[in-house]
Amino acid sequence: RVSLQNSSYKGPYCYQKLKEREPRASIRFKCALANTILDVLRQRPGWVEVKEEGEWDFYWCDVRWLQENFDHTYMDEHVRICHFRNHYELTRKNYIVKNLKRFRKQLEREGAKQEAARCDFFPKTFEMPSEYHLFVEEFRKSPGITWIMKPVARSQGRGIFLFRKLKDIIDWRKDGARPDDQRDEIQVENYVAQRYIENPYLIGGRKFDLRVYVLVTSYIPLKAWLYRDGFARFSNTRFTLNCIDDQYVHLTNVAVQKTAPDYDPEKGCKWMIQQFRLYLTAKHGAEVVELLFAEMDNIFIKTLQSVQKVIISDKHCFELYGYDILVDQDLKPWLLEVNASPSLTASSQEDYKLKSRLLEDTLHIVDMEARLTGKEKRVGGFDLMWNDGPVSRADGNVDSPGNGSFMANTHLGIWTQTRESHPGLSRVGRLGPRGKGELGRGAI
Amino acid sequence: MLRSDTGLSLTIAQIVQRLKGSSLHSQLERQARVSPLHRPEIKLESLKEDIKEFLKTSGRIVLTYLFLFICHIFQGSWEKRILKSLNSMCTELSIPLARKRPANEQKELLNKWNEMGTDEPDLSLFRPVYAPKDFLEVLMNLRNPNYDNGDQPSFRNHLGLIQVPLKIKDIPELKDYFSELDLNAGQLGIDDSTQVPPVLAEQDSAAAQQYVRQGCPTALRAELWALILNISNQSEDILYYEQLKSNVVQHDLLVDSLIYKDVKLTASNDDYYFVFEDYLYQVLLCFSRDTSVLEHFTYNSATPPKSYIRGKLGMEEYAVFYPPNVNFKIFILSVAPLCFLYHEPSKLYQIFREMYVRFFFRLHSISSHPSGIVSLCLLFETLLQTHLPQLFYHLGEIGAQPLRIAFKWMVRAFSGYLATDQLLLLWDRVLGYNSLEILAVLAAAVFAFRAVNLMEVTSLAAAEAVLADLSTLKVMPLLQIFLFATVT
Repeated sequence: RVSLQNSSYKGPYCYQKLKEREPRASIRFKCALANTILDVLRQRPGWVEVKEEGEWDFYWCDVRWLQENFDHTYMDEHVRICHFRNHYELTRKNYIVKNLKRFRKQLEREGAKQEAARCDFFPKTFEMPSEYHLFVEEFRKSPGITWIMKPVARSQGRGIFLFRKLKDIIDWRKDGARPDDQRDEIQVENYVAQRYIENPYLIGGRKFDLRVYVLVTSYIPLKAWLYRDGFARFSNTRFTLNCIDDQYVHLTNVAVQKTAPDYDPEKGCKWMIQQFRLYLTAKHGAEVVELLFAEMDNIFIKTLQSVQKVIISDKHCFELYGYDILVDQDLKPWLLEVNASPSLTASSQEDYKLKSRLLEDTLHIVDMEARLTGKEKRVGGFDLMWNDGPVSRADGNVDSPGNGSFMANTHLGIWTQTRESHPGLSRVGRLGPRGKGELGRGAI
Repeated sequence: MLRSDTGLSLTIAQIVQRLKGSSLHSQLERQARVSPLHRPEIKLESLKEDIKEFLKTSGRIVLTYLFLFICHIFQGSWEKRILKSLNSMCTELSIPLARKRPANEQKELLNKWNEMGTDEPDLSLFRPVYAPKDFLEVLMNLRNPNYDNGDQPSFRNHLGLIQVPLKIKDIPELKDYFSELDLNAGQLGIDDSTQVPPVLAEQDSAAAQQYVRQGCPTALRAELWALILNISNQSEDILYYEQLKSNVVQHDLLVDSLIYKDVKLTASNDDYYFVFEDYLYQVLLCFSRDTSVLEHFTYNSATPPKSYIRGKLGMEEYAVFYPPNVNFKIFILSVAPLCFLYHEPSKLYQIFREMYVRFFFRLHSISSHPSGIVSLCLLFETLLQTHLPQLFYHLGEIGAQPLRIAFKWMVRAFSGYLATDQLLLLWDRVLGYNSLEILAVLAAAVFAFRAVNLMEVTSLAAAEAVLADLSTLKVMPLLQIFLFATVT
């Protein structure tokens, strides 16, 4: 079998030739979670759940299993699992910082100064305690701003807190602050100190962050899909910086927890991202909003590119990431975090529908049933965002990104066709001019 | 229910006064003018026939007047019922209808003006004054006594819940009326180019109204609606709002608690509107004190019903007026979608008030206006009965009369039921056509769309379940199919 990976052809539209796979009679799956994903897998035609020790073709595993078993599990070519071995290069705060810094330097070396400048979406972060002195230098440059201390991995111990004075963290260090060593051996640097975004964009006086889904099916070459749906998660309380005392504020301070960027996603309320886009467009106009969303596309691509060379790009792996984005008052998006295991538990009926569709579409793209041609730019709610190069909305011929008419093939926050069919309405055309014309795109 | 003689004559005089400028009045005048009885040469032979003819046509008009009178009475009785309920609530809870706030409380409220949602007053004792289905019951009892429906063949077999002979459009008339929605006409979506249309540059209100019949681009909607509603937010408008705000700060009304309760309830149940909780308080508290609104609609008295600040009985400067309606959930649902478009409180207030005065009030009061809730109900039922008779009959048989479900959609102008972008597209047309009839057409279109599933249900609960979730519907295709593509 010839793979295009081996050929020298590397244009922006390098559609990888699909390897021949036999459609299987039934697909045996295992699932480590007991929420929406399990429902979706069980309802998928031709998919059969296997018990503990049985052989499987597909495993929705958790990261623990991955750490303990991946390295010595043999998988046939067709087998798929839902994580990359060292995804933490992207998801651990201290690693992504390193990777982004390195990537930025690389771009600068290559003379891509503009692109390098576009890597400034991650708030200034310092590993603690190894970069303590660098941190102090930065701290002294901007006195009075707020910083946030975060554990590098999901917190079991102290967790997050905000501070403005150096003495707060000196106290914290003295307090026997180091939590117990965590299971994976990387734990000399437990925390990062990060510049806190003090001017978040507020709606109704409330702070929110955006959860966006990105599916990566390969790192070498990089192939990534962006999901159209997502949501804005609002804080229950009105935003104020007054909750930061001059004293050292602990995790047990619920108010702080709520203002911390990665508070419990099940609390507070959610808007579909389409709603958010509608609100912003009505307020600021379409151009400004398109710019914001283009900047978000930039975040997704750059983060993935920055880890491209370090992630073990095993062909068995795919991964569905949950990106957490914060928008500030200047409508600049900031990356808060990338999650390799975004919550799949539904908080409401609507949430359940969104996550079911998301997961169904993910499985469509993973394509155990070998139905895709490989030329698709859209599958369900996913748009192909990057395929060893940027993907354009335009059909057919090449527009290079430098060309002013290039439009990225992303539609985050755009309402898509309803899942309900419209009997009798088969004409879907481009929007015609006012008056006579084809049925409007928005009408569908 | 009927008042004393003097009260009755006063009421009649008021109705006549009110109707003087109306189309009904001119109809009657016109009718009288062209009637054969007014012609100088009266032919004896045809006199009998002429009188019959005259009575037939004018009779309908006269009876419509009679119906209006009945509407009046019903509305009066309805309002009385609400007032009675309010009064008894005051007595039960020992809370005055209105009181002046002490100075420190005023100061506190002023400080908290932008975040009133943080309050958690104890509202458990306040009960809702009425629910939409109570209102529907009242409408169902609206019947013209002694009226022979035989004259209007279209009405003869009307099997719906609403039994009043109001004139409504049929589908050919609707097709003509809503011609801009035709399948061949482009309708704007939400992400289209925002080339500023000339109507905005020229600030042409009438042309803007015509323009929005095919939908607004999202980025321009706020401006276009303001243009159509003639809201410019001048300094005097801002001043007016500030005045209302100071009224709120100075006086505490019983209805404020009802507002708080309804806002909290609605906000906590609706993901899309909860964010605007603070705006909702600001707008509604002011609205409940806006006497210019109240003067607009009272039917039954020369001045709106009022109460006095405790201890200041009879002193006009301490008079406080009852708001036109006390089911605030309905108001809330009218304000909330506007929060997507307007962010400055005084502008938001002006827009809401204008929308209420032009359209939404008709959904909560009893009248014969073509955009009134009674006409909408009748239009909805007639459309359904005419074009989906099997469905209409089936649902009637199982006690799931369509109006029982559709009523709550229409009375809220679909707010809280449709996705926000769809709701705004619908309201574009309300503004564009200056009519709420589209709500009835949409309601019928929704039933038509889900007809297959509805034919299989065997109970009201099951029918409700089929129609519980409208959030995925796309309004324009539904309307277009129903009006222009359905084979009748």
